[in-house]
Amino acid sequence: MASKRRGLPEINAGSMADIAFLLLIFFLVTTTMDIDTGIARKLPPMPEEDQPEDDSQINARNIYVVLINSNNQLLVEGELMDISQLRDGAKKFIDNNGVRQDLSENPEKAIISLQNDRGTSYMMYIRVQNELAAAYNELRNISALNKFGERYIDLNKTEQKEIRKMYPQKISEAEPKNIGGNS
Amino acid sequence: MSKFKKNGGKGMPAISTASLPDIVFMLLFFFMVTTVMRETTLFVTVVTPKATEIKKMEKKSLVSYIYIGSPVKRMQNSYGTSDRIQLNDAFADVGEIQEFIATEREAKDEKEVPYMTTSIKADETVKMGIITDVKQELRKANALKINYSTRKGAY
Repeated sequence: MASKRRGLPEINAGSMADIAFLLLIFFLVTTTMDIDTGIARKLPPMPEEDQPEDDSQINARNIYVVLINSNNQLLVEGELMDISQLRDGAKKFIDNNGVRQDLSENPEKAIISLQNDRGTSYMMYIRVQNELAAAYNELRNISALNKFGERYIDLNKTEQKEIRKMYPQKISEAEPKNIGGNS
Repeated sequence: MSKFKKNGGKGMPAISTASLPDIVFMLLFFFMVTTVMRETTLFVTVVTPKATEIKKMEKKSLVSYIYIGSPVKRMQNSYGTSDRIQLNDAFADVGEIQEFIATEREAKDEKEVPYMTTSIKADETVKMGIITDVKQELRKANALKINYSTRKGAY
């Protein structure tokens, strides 16, 4: 009755902040700021049925064979190797440029063949992938520094492409096999 | 004349809180815009392995996720502890992946299909057998761009 006489009373906006805070806290809690990171890879397309296998023309010296068994042990080029040496081993192989007879002729021809067992742990697989990627990244960085005086990631797109052409990342994964027996 | 006297005499003037709602609203809008609601509830425990040579995922809307890991505690009664695949909001078999990729593709624009990526979020204890199966299925579905989800860190 009092309001009728005085007109509409002003709405109290004092609790506005509380309401806004409540909403704010809700969004703060539900928000996920994490950016997804990972190692990007491209799978080879499924082989056509009538296509014969023709990997014979690749010179054996240009293939760096990395095998991981079900006990997470590495066999690199026929020899047991610790994961800590893989990066240097791969770098030597890629950047051989025909010096040693058993390693690659040049980085463009170098192929790393990776094969794992069904019993290999995912962690080991990622570590190997990571080491191989690191080997390529380090070589790319060195050549980028020599050529453009900047690190690979700081180069522009065309320059990066040029470096990538010098060191193409060729990691081939063989068709899966089950050697260890247990999946 | 001294500062203390002046203060003691009149007391501090109350700070106006009238602009507080505005400030809070500003923050609120910021979080509302940047927030991404977690679309799926995880039924599997996933601790991704660590790696150093990682890249950021570019377009989140074009990424489909495949989770692989051991079921969480409350699901272990009905699903056991062996590693399982989770697609969207349910456990799935390896055979369902092709269908999953097909439905993901249908939801997107035709032009964007070549840029679609599949992110494999697998626990570090998972064996490669299941990952290999998943990769084979992705190859069959012609979803060749993949990403092994990892954390930043060295061993």
